[in-house]
Amino acid sequence: MTRFQVRVRVMPRKGILDPQGQAVANALTALGFEGVGEARVGRTIELALEAGDAAAAREAAGRMCERLLANPVTEDFSLDRVEPA
Amino acid sequence: MKVAVIRFPGSNCDADAWHAARDAGHAVEYVWHRSTDLGGADVVILPGGFSYGDYLRAGAIARFSPVMKPVAAHAAAGRPLLGICNGFQTLCEAGLLPGALARNAHLAFVCRLVTMRVEETDTPFTAGYRRGDEVRAPVAHGDGRYVADEATLDRLERERRVVFRYVRGNPNGALRDIAGITNEGRNVVGLMPHPERAVDALLGSADGVPVFTALAAPAA
Repeated sequence: MTRFQVRVRVMPRKGILDPQGQAVANALTALGFEGVGEARVGRTIELALEAGDAAAAREAAGRMCERLLANPVTEDFSLDRVEPA
Repeated sequence: MKVAVIRFPGSNCDADAWHAARDAGHAVEYVWHRSTDLGGADVVILPGGFSYGDYLRAGAIARFSPVMKPVAAHAAAGRPLLGICNGFQTLCEAGLLPGALARNAHLAFVCRLVTMRVEETDTPFTAGYRRGDEVRAPVAHGDGRYVADEATLDRLERERRVVFRYVRGNPNGALRDIAGITNEGRNVVGLMPHPERAVDALLGSADGVPVFTALAAPAA
């Protein structure tokens, strides 16, 4: 077994109102930053995982996302990075 | 009726639910979230609060508490189950009700009396109302915006499963002004407003009383 560092990204699903993102975009514009069209706010979860190989670590993290880390009604997830720790 | 009020770490409307049910004439027991049996309860209430600090998402951790297994079995047997506020969020996370409760559209925590209209009366928790009754009860939440995909919303409407709808103002941006829904079997109800905090004129409203007095006997 190898120890992997997995980075999970959970984002509000496209088409679902993201009031946090809107508030951030408005605040950036209010601060004088130009050209901010859209901001979206999600979360990053870093997991330390024991797994046989990277594919197994990725597969396990995917199941964790489906079961707990993301809500399929409102959020999409992606696995940004799966690397030996 | 024997009523169980589930207590999670972070529940904070458990005592209100207990009193509302007891004042309605029921025998009420608290059941700790680590328990694996409901003590023979006829009716189960998941109260409001901030179970597990609302970490990750509201209700996301609570749904995996040991007590949720017997709660799901209770629901599957067609027995009455009510989720109020955080309890509603937990029922959605657990898949016992469809959809999800997202961050309020205006981002602010909202804590005030709202008015909701009773849309359906054929559930154990709305049988004490007449269709069209307007119920004043407080909301107190940051994540109360009911969302679901269009197909699910259409299905809820078609099957008359929207049981409470906000009128004269939508406090959180909930789609189609949805304040509360029921499941296919019509024995599970979840809502964001707090009927248990509206059971005495001293509290500003007694409109929530019928939720607790109407509890029908579970279908045989």
